Amino acid sequence: MEPGEIHALLGENGAGKSTLMNVLYGLYQPDEGEILVDGKPLKLKGPSDAIAAGIGMVHQHFMLVPVFTVAENVMLGAEQVKGGIAGFLDRRRARREVAEVSERYNLRVDPDAVIEDLPVGIQQRVEIVKALTRDVDLLILDEPTAVLTPQETEELLTVMRSLKAGGKSIVFITHKLGEVKAIADRITVIRRGKTVGTASPTASRDELAALMVGRSVRLTVEKQPANPGRPILEVAGLVVDDDRQIRAVDGVDLTVHAGEVLGVAGVQGNGQTELIEAIMGLRPVLAGTVTLDGEAVHGWPTKKVLRAGVGYVPEDRSVDGLVKEFSVAENLVLDIYDRPPFGKGLSLKPDAIAKSAKERIEQFDVRTPSADAAVGTLSGGNQQKVIVARELSRPLKLFIAAQPTRGVDVGSIEFIHSRVIRERDIGTAVMVVSSELDEVIGLADRIAVMYRGRIIGIVGPDTPREEIGLLMAGITPETTDAAAAPAPEGPGNEDEA
Amino acid sequence: MSTIAVPDVAVTVDVGFWTRNRKAGAVLLALGVLAAVLFGALATGQQARFTLSETEGGAALEITGTFGAILFGLVAAAAGGALLAGVPKRWFTLVLGVGLVAFVLSFLCWQVSAAPEGRNFMPLVNIVRGTFILALPLIFGALSGVLCERTGVVNVAIEGQLLMGAFSGALFGSIYQNVWVGLLAAAVGGALISLLLAVFAIRYLVDQVIMGTVLNLFAVGVTGFLYERLMQINAEKYNTAPRFGNWEIPLLKDIPLIGPALFRGNIFLYLGLLLVLVIHLALFRTRWGLRTRSVGEHPTAADTLGVRVLRLRYRNVIMAGLVAGVGGASYTLAFYSFTKNMIGGKGFIALAALIFGRWSPTGALLAALFFGFADQLATYLGAIGSSIPSQFLAMLPYLATILAVAGLVGRVRAPAADGKPYIKG
Repeated sequence: MEPGEIHALLGENGAGKSTLMNVLYGLYQPDEGEILVDGKPLKLKGPSDAIAAGIGMVHQHFMLVPVFTVAENVMLGAEQVKGGIAGFLDRRRARREVAEVSERYNLRVDPDAVIEDLPVGIQQRVEIVKALTRDVDLLILDEPTAVLTPQETEELLTVMRSLKAGGKSIVFITHKLGEVKAIADRITVIRRGKTVGTASPTASRDELAALMVGRSVRLTVEKQPANPGRPILEVAGLVVDDDRQIRAVDGVDLTVHAGEVLGVAGVQGNGQTELIEAIMGLRPVLAGTVTLDGEAVHGWPTKKVLRAGVGYVPEDRSVDGLVKEFSVAENLVLDIYDRPPFGKGLSLKPDAIAKSAKERIEQFDVRTPSADAAVGTLSGGNQQKVIVARELSRPLKLFIAAQPTRGVDVGSIEFIHSRVIRERDIGTAVMVVSSELDEVIGLADRIAVMYRGRIIGIVGPDTPREEIGLLMAGITPETTDAAAAPAPEGPGNEDEA
Repeated sequence: MSTIAVPDVAVTVDVGFWTRNRKAGAVLLALGVLAAVLFGALATGQQARFTLSETEGGAALEITGTFGAILFGLVAAAAGGALLAGVPKRWFTLVLGVGLVAFVLSFLCWQVSAAPEGRNFMPLVNIVRGTFILALPLIFGALSGVLCERTGVVNVAIEGQLLMGAFSGALFGSIYQNVWVGLLAAAVGGALISLLLAVFAIRYLVDQVIMGTVLNLFAVGVTGFLYERLMQINAEKYNTAPRFGNWEIPLLKDIPLIGPALFRGNIFLYLGLLLVLVIHLALFRTRWGLRTRSVGEHPTAADTLGVRVLRLRYRNVIMAGLVAGVGGASYTLAFYSFTKNMIGGKGFIALAALIFGRWSPTGALLAALFFGFADQLATYLGAIGSSIPSQFLAMLPYLATILAVAGLVGRVRAPAADGKPYIKG
């Protein structure tokens, strides 16, 4: 690493990027090898050694205490104290430090705001401020854009540029090619724990992707024009509240036909989650109807909805999609464990479960040491493939996939997308909800844009990105609300589809 | 830099008319009306005297029973009505407090005025002092809980820590015939139970609630065994600990009502109140407190910033044991000789006080005093021959706890990592 350099570390999920950086930050101990700083070997016993050596890290899952204020989070571990042995906190000084750093690098945060009240993008800013107040020279950003909106991503890139101008070095871990090309000075590609090459940012997208996955991949989804049939899912006047009893879905009408993919686009938090959960029977429907192939299914328990021929990939695989401690084989039969051939009466049939698991692991290219490995030990992409394998193993009328490729590596994305299209082509109605606009554009035959709990428009997949972006910000061609002009799309989103 | 242009989504907050505050107001209004009508009807025309001393004599607040019962009932109802009509948020606690106190006063006007001649007075000094003394083990116990749980270890073992403290205080105090040795031994006794909790919860990742329960049973077993085989056989030698006397604090002891009630007490009373203050300041104002809370909320974050999570947990859990051990000694080095299972569930009530007080030292103090007052009131009503069974009154605080935990005092939220062992990596 050179001073004042942005070095991108590119690799598939599970390639070893985060592990490498955790070693650098002193969280894990290296089995062999050494780390050199300014030519001298460095032995890190813990994060405090790393901080002392000028290394800071912004973790993929933020390391912030949600009930603390910004200033408290920033000072934690490096508190300025007065009053001798009692160690009373010098809050004023902490606030001033936060203010100074935010001033210097243009990272505006309110030192007294409580973390849990802040949007994700601002929380990330607090993480960066936290590292900067510790006077780091090298800042590691682990998948920083995974949780950001396109606008927030753009702001982050601006911040990174100003840090670079201030002489800080940055290691930028990601698997999004567009972001790398936009900002990196140098690119190192990692695959399966080994450096497989370095590249300059001028390298083409396809070259980088090929380096990452080790073979060339298609970056666009190949598909024939859709051949829509009869309506399968009809949603009319649907009203749903979120967990806080706040209206999240406010009168949605939708139809998904057999053999088509309906994409639902929108900035996260505009009711997409609640819409899907209501269709699946996971959330009470307050008003309106949900009809599946002519039968009203609202108010049905989820199991009955699933049995009626609905496949569902939940947006948060680790919470809703999988039982992490269970084996791959067990997770593959979570939906039908009680039916022949997997279960009979009170007992399970382990042989049948193992046999089907073996077949499906093969079919869906799940990379796992064995069918008995706990699913939580697999990489994100492989976990997602387990879910997709499970859901697509039943005869379906409707397939709903929420954020099907979030936190998934390029190779797996390609595979999952081809499976989605294959499902469409055998005549299943498919609904894809994603906050990655490119994924929606790539997969969908029609795109519904959700904004504040309503479908604000339904457009074709060849609609310009800018127009869809405007819809996502709540601006329809009819309204001319100049005050709400949207920020430009972040460059980080162009490669996921 | 521009601010982030995230459209503010779902702004329509449809909470309806029945907010939590309004529900509390409605309940209070009903209670107030009930008090005015029922207590007013049952109260007699006699004077209800609230004396500022320990006896019937001396300065006193007096009110006619019927009048007082109705008046305070109406005050409670008015407070309820105000909440129902909607008051600013910051006034909520105050108005609710006034209403509840008025309800209790209305009840007392009835009870005192209906007591037989010669007993129709309430010596406030006794009541206040009794409240604090009965609350003492709860204060120590709940503080022990605060120290433990703020750092992320559930402390169900308060009962055991109190019992062990009481036992070792009595034993070593007797052997050495020295209160200070007894006090030290009590603290160490409580810390021993804590150490077991810490080792099993932090090192061996045993479920903390189960471990706490086992430790409680262990403490009952081991002290019961030693009591029967040692103390009972030779009570002279092993169960005659000297006791701390009452210390009068100059000047403060002369304040009317408060002085005689609080500033002529024993060391445990002063120590308990001091600890509330110290732990409160330490928890929210010092480096130790910030780190402790961070470890109880998000240990991984603390670890990445160089806070030694496990070491801090060990230290705080053991400190919690020291505090609870001293609380146990407040029995055997001030009032009673040791008897089998003498804590009798107070440790669990301390746990309730911890939750009722929302894991804060001052909240725990108030909750403990509330329980102490209810206890004291039950005793008092028994003494004046009340028509209400004292067991019924003794039950009321727990009913209140259930209501409180169910959301009457606002959302009760435990430290996020409470009870979750921390595994690195």
